[in-house]
Amino acid sequence: MDAGRIEALLLPILDARRRDPGELVQILREAQEALGYLPAAALTLIARAVGVPRARVEGVAGFYSFLHLAPVGRYRVLFSDNITDRMLGSGDLLDRLCNKLWIERGKLSEDGLVSVDTTSCTGMCDQGPALLVNGRAMTRMSAERIDRLCELIRAQVPLAEWPSEYFVVTDNVRRRDAVLATESPAGEALRAAIARGPEAMLAEMKVSNLRGRGGAGFTTYIKWESARRATCRHAPPARYVVCNADEGEPGTFKDRVLLTSHADLVFDGMSVAGVTIGAEKGLLYLRGEYAYLLPALQENLERRRRNGLLGPALCGRADLAFDIDIHLGAGAYVCGEETALLESLEGKRGVPRIRPPFPVHAGYRGQPTVVNNVETLCKAALIAVRGGAWFAGLGTKQSTGTKLLSISGDVESPGIYEYPFGVAVSQVLNDCGAGNAQAVQVSGPSGSCLAMHEFSRRIAFEDVPTAGAFMVFGAHRDMFEVARNFAHFFAHESCGFCTPCRVGTSLVANCMDKIANGRGSQYDISEIFKIHRLLHAASHCGLGQTACNPLFDTLNKFRPAYERRLRSLDFAPAFDLDQALASARQMTGRDDPAAHFGFAARGVGGES
Amino acid sequence: MSDDSSMLLDGLPVAFADGQTIMEAAMAAGIFIPHLCHHPDFKPQGSCKLCTVKANGRYVSACTLPAKDGMEVENNSPDLNDKRRTMLQMLFVEGNHFCPSCEKSGNCMLQALAYELEMLSPHFPEFYPDRPVDASHPEVLLEFNRCILCELCVRASRDVDGKNIFALSGRGITKHLIVNAESGRLADTDFSLADQAAHVCPVGVILEKRHGFAVPIGSRRYDVEPIGMQVERPATAGTPGTRDEQA
Repeated sequence: MDAGRIEALLLPILDARRRDPGELVQILREAQEALGYLPAAALTLIARAVGVPRARVEGVAGFYSFLHLAPVGRYRVLFSDNITDRMLGSGDLLDRLCNKLWIERGKLSEDGLVSVDTTSCTGMCDQGPALLVNGRAMTRMSAERIDRLCELIRAQVPLAEWPSEYFVVTDNVRRRDAVLATESPAGEALRAAIARGPEAMLAEMKVSNLRGRGGAGFTTYIKWESARRATCRHAPPARYVVCNADEGEPGTFKDRVLLTSHADLVFDGMSVAGVTIGAEKGLLYLRGEYAYLLPALQENLERRRRNGLLGPALCGRADLAFDIDIHLGAGAYVCGEETALLESLEGKRGVPRIRPPFPVHAGYRGQPTVVNNVETLCKAALIAVRGGAWFAGLGTKQSTGTKLLSISGDVESPGIYEYPFGVAVSQVLNDCGAGNAQAVQVSGPSGSCLAMHEFSRRIAFEDVPTAGAFMVFGAHRDMFEVARNFAHFFAHESCGFCTPCRVGTSLVANCMDKIANGRGSQYDISEIFKIHRLLHAASHCGLGQTACNPLFDTLNKFRPAYERRLRSLDFAPAFDLDQALASARQMTGRDDPAAHFGFAARGVGGES
Repeated sequence: MSDDSSMLLDGLPVAFADGQTIMEAAMAAGIFIPHLCHHPDFKPQGSCKLCTVKANGRYVSACTLPAKDGMEVENNSPDLNDKRRTMLQMLFVEGNHFCPSCEKSGNCMLQALAYELEMLSPHFPEFYPDRPVDASHPEVLLEFNRCILCELCVRASRDVDGKNIFALSGRGITKHLIVNAESGRLADTDFSLADQAAHVCPVGVILEKRHGFAVPIGSRRYDVEPIGMQVERPATAGTPGTRDEQA
């Protein structure tokens, strides 16, 4: 593509984004959509247009998984690589597709037509195996669908003409409680909050004792109050409400359902937060995997603007204004961390900030900012309507209200279950039809792994806290492979800012591979514990601090799954002389005994 | 806060001024806290984590956490030094470090800290990353194999030189230093040996060409005196980056 053509395609994108460096991630996403990938000349042009050093633009583009600095094929297939997808057979399906297309995983086909690889959990665990084709979510993959997919790609049928049933995403709501059972018409919560006034609304939030649903469980009222009272750092004064819809924790998909079927409640929640803290701008950070939701969400925002529920003179009040923008993520789990999310919103690499200052004092563009999870905002909206006391009457004393669980894995009815806090794990397992569960991973890889003797524990901040993921593993599952999947997830998603997480997550993933390859020993298990202690203590953010949790839990609770793989209980080296010759064999096309070393040379073993 | 604010650093009272970090207060008092990405003349970064200390029982980065009156800080303890040694080993295996053939041997902070913290081996399996050198520039060689991603050159070029020659790209274990040119080559930037960024690298990435071993190995900065005995003071007395000239 020549420079003139690139410029012609990019200029409208740059102008529509006002050449604002704060919109860099959005500009790069849209540029890639126009160009297929981000060639070096495009980065130079974008850097010049937005007035940012070129190296910084390249640094941003190089950070996000869904932005590509090299050609990736007209069809880019990414299999969701969560453990639940694997349990549903995604590995075989990936191999099947690669074989049929005659390509190697992770490599572009010679004709530049197609590439096939994996990506982190796409949030379709209740209807997997799932994948993304050119960023578009496909669910319920089967051998037949893979074959058909292969034909469509070979015939170069445009994605828009593919059978629409391939792209159907269902809600699968299985149990409704306070939130999902409430029918709140658009704007009801916002009007209620305006009628109450900011101070009274804050008082209701305090009474409700609502705590953040994104995992950390911070009291929402304190965030709102701090942001309302904080002094704006620079002129013009502004405050912001950010909705964290970067639902990247593997096994979680409740926010997807809320944004699909309860979008007005989410937007009402953002608006309630806005009028309460004195913000005029809200930002919804939508994970790239959910980009397919964007048209409906934009349409909803337009409708709200037409009905006076967004924009100037909010709900007919000349002194109030609030509007919402949607930003798309580009494939980075770490952006679910609130300060990394703010960096990404500002068009930068998604690296968590140094705290303090906290976002409530210096958040988006340095101004006081409330960052809340999608579910938290839905609950705030209901509190505006029904009052804090109503909410505090649900759940337990320390964990008021309800919690949406995203249930997947070895259960009869995967999907969304809403329970009052305090529900026992055993009851949840019973309700979703998990007959022979040996373990549940609660709150995703960064959460905790519960074994059978812990099923009487309760879902609540004071017992088993959760951001919502609830992955069930039947007795026939290999818990070592579960932990290995999670170890690779963290290595892939580490932002690389701090030494312990950047290097430690990769060391641990390699260690798990070594054990999986039958070359592990007790030594490797000690190494995992040692790295776990270091990451827990010295990592910059929660990603690194929790990255080894699933290994720690499974080592403590499912030790035999590891030990039966160990070659010796002392030490075995990772280096395998015969395996080291594999690339030489591949290059020379040889596989005779003389091209092997050790057992393999004597014809005992073969190429693995 | 009054002028007589003080914290306890390994049991020793250390006075600090309002707004000073634990690292700044320690340095001003002549107490060494191991560090790599910190430099008194640049904005704290907090990424190498070598300066991890325990403040009131919590692990924190000394270079970014403001000191508080009455704070109890643990610095030189077996637990912390053990963690620091492990992180040094991580940095060694992440890049390609061959001290005996490196021009910066004896002037290198990574090497000096490894001696200081009694690191006897890299311990972990080596990653052996493929990081080609950039010899395009007439005055300066970029030896990326030794990069520890401290971002001192990034900060110096951005904040002092006003040139933005360097940045980071990639993420996780593939994170790497890049140069501000479409070609990716240093020769295609306006980088110069006179830049501050040319003199801040704590390891051996940014090297002056045709100028080597002026001081013989054995007589260099950290050969003469261990790093733990050389606490850098902020550049009130001299210009930033006097670190090199002291060698």
